[in-house]
Amino acid sequence: MAGVMADFGNFTHAVVRAIPSSLAKEALRMNVSDVDLEKARREHEVYVGVLKQKLGLEVIELPADESLPDCVFVEDAAVVCGDTALITRPGAESRRKETAAIRQTLKELGLNIVDMSDETATLDGGDVLFTGREFFVGLSKRTNQRGAEILADAFKDYAVSTVPVTDGLHLKSFCSMGGPGLIVIGSSEPAQKALKIMQQMSDHRYDKLTVPDDIAANTIYMNLPGKGHVLLHCTPEEFPESAKVFEKLKDHMLIPVSNMEKVKVDGALTCCSVLINMKAKV
Amino acid sequence: MTTEPNSESSADQQEASAAPQLEADSFPPAAAHSTPVRKEQNGDERAEGGVVPQGNQLEPSQAEEDRTSYRSSTSKLSRSPGGGRSVRSSRNMQCKVTLLDGAVYTCVVEKRERGHVLFDKVCEQLNLLEKDYFGITFRDIENQKNWLDQSKEMKKQIRGAAWNFSFNVKFYPPDPAQLSEDITRYYLCLQLRDDVVSGRLPCSFATHTVLGSYTVQSELGDYDLEESGTDYVSEFRFAPNQTKELEEKVMDLHKNYKGMTPADAEMHFLENVKKLSMYGVDLHHAKLVGSLFECLSPAKGEDSEGVEIMLGVCSSGLLIYRDRLRINRFAWPKVLKISYKRNNFYIKIRPGEFEQFESTIGFKLPNHRAAKRLWKVCVEHHTFFRLVSPETPPKKFLNLGSKFRYSGRTQAQTRRASSQIVRPAPRFERSTSKRYIMSRSLDGAPQSTPKRSTPKRSSPKRSSPNRSSPNRSSPNRTSPNRSSPNRSSPKRSSPNRSSPKRNTPQSVSPRIEPPASFNGAKPTEMGSDLYGRAKGIALSDLITTVTPEKKVEERKAEEEVEVEVEVEVEVEVEVEVEEVEEEDETTKATEISLPSPTSPIRHDTKTELTDTGVDGELTATESDQEDESELKTQDTVGTPEELLKHSTNISELKRSFLETGADSAGLTEWEKRLSSSPLRSPRLDEAPMIEPLELDEVPSQEDEGEDERERAMAAGGSVEEDIKHSPVDTKTTVPKPTFEEMSPELTALLQSARDQTSTRVWTASPAFSQTVFKTTEKVERIVLQTEVVSSQQEKDQDQPELKSAQPEQPDNLENQAEHQTEQLSVLEAPEVLTFNRAGVVDVTHGVPVIHTEMKTVTYQSLEADADPEAGVLMSAQTITSDTTSTTTTTHITKTVKGGISETRIEKRIVISGDADMDHDEALAQAIKEAKEQHPDMSVTKVVVHKETEITPEEGEE
Repeated sequence: MAGVMADFGNFTHAVVRAIPSSLAKEALRMNVSDVDLEKARREHEVYVGVLKQKLGLEVIELPADESLPDCVFVEDAAVVCGDTALITRPGAESRRKETAAIRQTLKELGLNIVDMSDETATLDGGDVLFTGREFFVGLSKRTNQRGAEILADAFKDYAVSTVPVTDGLHLKSFCSMGGPGLIVIGSSEPAQKALKIMQQMSDHRYDKLTVPDDIAANTIYMNLPGKGHVLLHCTPEEFPESAKVFEKLKDHMLIPVSNMEKVKVDGALTCCSVLINMKAKV
Repeated sequence: MTTEPNSESSADQQEASAAPQLEADSFPPAAAHSTPVRKEQNGDERAEGGVVPQGNQLEPSQAEEDRTSYRSSTSKLSRSPGGGRSVRSSRNMQCKVTLLDGAVYTCVVEKRERGHVLFDKVCEQLNLLEKDYFGITFRDIENQKNWLDQSKEMKKQIRGAAWNFSFNVKFYPPDPAQLSEDITRYYLCLQLRDDVVSGRLPCSFATHTVLGSYTVQSELGDYDLEESGTDYVSEFRFAPNQTKELEEKVMDLHKNYKGMTPADAEMHFLENVKKLSMYGVDLHHAKLVGSLFECLSPAKGEDSEGVEIMLGVCSSGLLIYRDRLRINRFAWPKVLKISYKRNNFYIKIRPGEFEQFESTIGFKLPNHRAAKRLWKVCVEHHTFFRLVSPETPPKKFLNLGSKFRYSGRTQAQTRRASSQIVRPAPRFERSTSKRYIMSRSLDGAPQSTPKRSTPKRSSPKRSSPNRSSPNRSSPNRTSPNRSSPNRSSPKRSSPNRSSPKRNTPQSVSPRIEPPASFNGAKPTEMGSDLYGRAKGIALSDLITTVTPEKKVEERKAEEEVEVEVEVEVEVEVEVEVEEVEEEDETTKATEISLPSPTSPIRHDTKTELTDTGVDGELTATESDQEDESELKTQDTVGTPEELLKHSTNISELKRSFLETGADSAGLTEWEKRLSSSPLRSPRLDEAPMIEPLELDEVPSQEDEGEDERERAMAAGGSVEEDIKHSPVDTKTTVPKPTFEEMSPELTALLQSARDQTSTRVWTASPAFSQTVFKTTEKVERIVLQTEVVSSQQEKDQDQPELKSAQPEQPDNLENQAEHQTEQLSVLEAPEVLTFNRAGVVDVTHGVPVIHTEMKTVTYQSLEADADPEAGVLMSAQTITSDTTSTTTTTHITKTVKGGISETRIEKRIVISGDADMDHDEALAQAIKEAKEQHPDMSVTKVVVHKETEITPEEGEE
């Protein structure tokens, strides 16, 4: 039966995009670092493989665009919730063109497309945390108030609260959903403060799972038929302490996914896919 | 098929089209949640309960007037008091109440009746038992929507505005499934459908389709291809911007619901709609004042000062929006105090994650009335959803200035009450969603032809009023599928509807009229109106709105002078009985057992117990202490009432602890409250936005109050005896008597009071007589107190069900009391302080209103002055019960002083009535009864208050 809020974490499709060679040198990054392009591509293949083979999602793989070094991070280009896709206006000028291919793909999937045409608005999908009951939008270097407003207009059913993001790139650079009503949060001071703001702003209660490393708090949660709770999270190689914390989630199918190279260009796990539930379509 | 007078529909369209422009990128025009009152005027005088098929009686000129009133509040002010003028001379007033299905219910009430009289009539008409979620709204002369206060006289609330009302949902239950009756859910659904269609409750396309499909199922029953055709839903209104696509999706979904009953469909509707983020949020326009929000990230170079925001009041707390975005939220447990002063509204926040200290946040409302409205709504929502039982006025929390309290039942109480509903599920008629087929220009689309039939039209097809589709003839409408077999009953059949109203003046039975001028009025009203006004004001200097307000007050004053010429003598005797007993600390027993509410104060929408399934760390902790205390109480074993009591006690204790701890200055609670109260004369006051809640303000304020008192008296011109009569003096001179000693004196006092009725004595009104020595605000009360004689507080707490209780039976007392257990969060002296802010304005404008003569003699022991605030409050409760002439208020407070627990039972008995009754005897009887219950009691105070209403001639300057 169709309901206002479809099952949280239930996805059927994923949109991903290949890594361009330009990523190694040109992709934006907050800290200087050298990226091993081949390694990054192998990582990405594993990532896509998990979505496709292990989880059985229908994965749409877009080709890389060399002129868009950050194009692998498709999450920033669109926010999909239910049957609506908000095509963003990324905060970084160099990334604005990334949305075109995503838009086309999502439109072909039959989603209702909402464009962010306001020239003053910026929004990166990485700043958007959807909890299943509401949105939190990080106001960051990449996302502004106007962008958040447009998101609120696009998803009218939900409360949209703004959270200042002072440190880190995106809101989801230090948090993500680890399950229904479960927020995975980094232990840094800015992360904890952001969580408290979110808790204060929310009518709902959330449990939290604190992990020692902020970036390890970026996970991908799904609730798939036949598989139950699924959590893609960091590997013990990357963050041994944080990985241990995830192991406490007994009800989840835990899938460590390496992200060592992409993280050098501020790419977290969620950044590399747009997840869609086509069944939610009315 | 237009039945609407063109003038009105065009007016509506104008309104509607004007509003969106004003707020292009904010909430939709109708975002403000509250549902408006219908605008049609009521011209004719009719027999009680008469049916008025009035769809078309709106005069063009009135429509014009209404329209202009949206534009400017000042034009409204100069308007004549509107409907009901013609009936003014009589004591009765015809009221038109627009019901949730759009029908208009007409009845006659006495002008001086309190709001609940009308409300009860409507609920009876609707066959509604779970009525506490609902309320009646009216539009004041500024065309703003107000909730009719059930405990106040209607006349004093309506003041010159039209006696037209709307029946609306006031408190949206967070979990509609917990309502007991389908009929209640049905009415809630009707409200919500309108909220959705009007845009006050925004939702996505997908949600519109889901909600729409349940609406269709509820109204039409199962999908039937043969009967329905392919466009059977096109007459429904599901959304502000309805498209063909939407209708198709609705039909697609509708096909899946075969066999679903209307009640089930409504339940599904509610289950979906309750999840919407704006469900039950009452929005108010405001501007930020002062400090920057933690969560408000200002745009570059932007000053947070003056940022336009929306305040949303809802079951869980206060939400702050900037445009569509939530920028902060203050759950009720975080809010220590709510106040308003002039056009500013303040909330005082408990120290928390981000604030080390209590902080006060100010908001600027468009005007004083808006601030007061917001404040009232907050107090009411807090009480209804957060508390187990209403607070008594002399309370610390939320107690600022006004005597206003929410006096209805709380959600916990109403749930308990409705769990005891024993009647079989009532059959009720589900009307067609007529309102949705009216022209609505909200979406800007020129839906200019309302689908109503012409007035004279009585085609058989139209037996059901609102289906204009020709292929839906009446037989279809009564098909068994339909949820409402009564649909074509005479009540709603076309003859009635289409006949001009003058043809049916004699109809006596109260009936519901079909909706009258629905045409778009509803959706545009509150939201766009509110928004438009707010914006308009925002453009100009906010201060300028003071001027119209002044006018309003002056007008009010004029109206007050029109009070009937009649003399009433009322004598009121208040006896305070105190019983102090030492108790073991663990004893929780009180004489009157607490009701066992079905649910504790926790909100049901969420689990307060957080999941600790993974590990300790996983648990989200909310710093809220109260919640934690509630949490703890979950573990305690005990009956529901114990649980409840316990949790309340702890939270109340904490609250009082926090409050006393925070302000270390040697202030009494009274002084603190006074100093922070918005009562100081607005004219004199150019105080900072956020009032410093400091000691040094107190003296000056008292002076001010003193001044005001004198001013008022001067204005009244009838001060013959000095205010020295106030209990301060009497109190201090009277020794501590026992009851036996006192009785003769009492009699003497009564006698002397009676003797003096011919003398004009100025003193406090009854409710204040005890507290005069603590506050200087009583004069304002006097101004207000034109006719209300008797203790206001008790009256405020009158509850309908209590009225029906058997009078004078001491045994009954306890039963009655059970209905009305009240909780005190702070220990208070027996004195009750209430002051009325509204009065300030009256006073400072030199209102020549003196209608009453009052005489108060207080006889009080010194004991009452003993410091009861020492020690830590463990629990407090107030029980009020009343019979026809006496009201007994019992305060039971439990404090711990140095390890010894003390239970103090204070009884206050108020006997009120007119001169005919024998007060001495009533008093003696009351004291006797109290004595029987508490042999150890001592009488500490007797107040004799006599009030005489005098003629306007005398009263005027």
